[in-house]
Amino acid sequence: MYSEKVIDHFKNPHNVGKIDDADGTGVVGNRACGDVMKLYIKIEDNKIVDIKFETMGCAAAIATSSIITDLAKGKTIEEALKITKDNIVEELEGLPPVKVHCSLLAIDALHAAIKDYKDQQK
Amino acid sequence: MFNIDLSTRMRVYLDNAATTRIAPEVAEAMLPFFIEKYGNASSIHSFGEQAKEALENAREHFAKYINAESDEIIFTSGGTESDNLAIRGTAQALKDKGNHIITSAFEHPAVLETCQALEKEGFEITYLPASRDGFVDTEKVKSALKDNTILVTIMHANNEIGTIQDIEKIGEICREKGILFHTDAVQSLGKSPIDVKKMHIDLASFSAHKIHGPKGMGILYVRKKVKIKKLFYGGAQEMNLRPGTENVSGAVGFSKALGMITEEDIKRMTELQNYLIDELLKIPEACLNGSRKNRLCNNVNVSFSHIEGESILLGLDDKGVAVSTGSACTSQKLEPSHVLLALGVKPEDAHGSIRFSLSKYTTKEEIDYAINSVKTVVENLRKISPLGK
Repeated sequence: MYSEKVIDHFKNPHNVGKIDDADGTGVVGNRACGDVMKLYIKIEDNKIVDIKFETMGCAAAIATSSIITDLAKGKTIEEALKITKDNIVEELEGLPPVKVHCSLLAIDALHAAIKDYKDQQK
Repeated sequence: MFNIDLSTRMRVYLDNAATTRIAPEVAEAMLPFFIEKYGNASSIHSFGEQAKEALENAREHFAKYINAESDEIIFTSGGTESDNLAIRGTAQALKDKGNHIITSAFEHPAVLETCQALEKEGFEITYLPASRDGFVDTEKVKSALKDNTILVTIMHANNEIGTIQDIEKIGEICREKGILFHTDAVQSLGKSPIDVKKMHIDLASFSAHKIHGPKGMGILYVRKKVKIKKLFYGGAQEMNLRPGTENVSGAVGFSKALGMITEEDIKRMTELQNYLIDELLKIPEACLNGSRKNRLCNNVNVSFSHIEGESILLGLDDKGVAVSTGSACTSQKLEPSHVLLALGVKPEDAHGSIRFSLSKYTTKEEIDYAINSVKTVVENLRKISPLGK
């Protein structure tokens, strides 16, 4: 059902955990739907220098969380905001159609974390 | 995070409610009907006669097993077809008499979706709720009966949580009112006694592959006086209720499988089941779904808080342990188990539920390995989860 890449990220997810002094945090999803993603970002000079996640969800939710941290790390905020669902699906070598929404959830989490950072800068 | 030492990896099959391994004795009994006795049971030559004899012996054996008569046994392609034939067949035959059918909210999809399809065609369906511990209240069956009720269909044992319903009582209530009673006995066959006369059953669905028989083989019991309308057209096979060339090897395999689960096996499975439940409930924030009493000897269904079932399943699969989330029929869907929701389990807990189902071949060593694997996987997934901290 899943690509090898998804299974690999599920079994060995990258950037798991929390950042205690995060500059931005984003939480999306809800427990009743079975997916909750929490992303933490650390920003220096407008760049995402560190990013970590905690996710409750299916293998696709964990894999998309893992891959978005890889994709976003080292990018400027503007670059990170350009990451699309297709980027994630492509990086994971495909997702089953019913699981594509997980990639949207990962993007929402990243956007929420960035918004949280920007709100704090105001 | 799930990396394991492959030298200690076992392969443990704990998904016997989805399907079972064919018993070697069953396979052996079936083999001659593929290569030697391959005649069409409807042919009148000696090849056909040979096949017919085996088919009728299988029918008679099964009939005796559930205390029925041979001509009340209809061979089908499996539990799903039997459920469809029972419910739609009754609905079509009795539509001039009434259009109300009573079922429960936690039936197998083969029953539920047939009822939903009939609902769209103008039938009125009552979906009875289940109690928190997984039972249909027989009093609620009684009070749901109406003048236009033509059928009550309630499963014998639930496929996800293994709770055994009081079908004898439900059968009695229906018989008293002259209303037909169908039960899906796919999960209970071989593990919980079924006597169609004593339990006042009019129609009952069975499947061979849940009891170490072949896939693609089912039975519908239809009590003699009960008239149903066939679903398929093409021939007069199976009392003119199910046309198509008879699956002789399948029938022989089904018959042979009937004797495969012994009293001794049931006792052993019950012991292993109790051990597995006790050990799994030692994991923090784990709870058993469905009553511990009146439960099939091979079913364990546990919810683990703060994590999701599919990732538990795949984590366990990586360790060689095969389990399921809900039923195999619903595992492609994103919604949590309709069975657990019907029980009133919160959606977030329903998402983290896992069904372990044992067989006569399950060993203590396998259960121990599974328990350790579950502990590791649950712990690892909870480390990733933002909840419960």
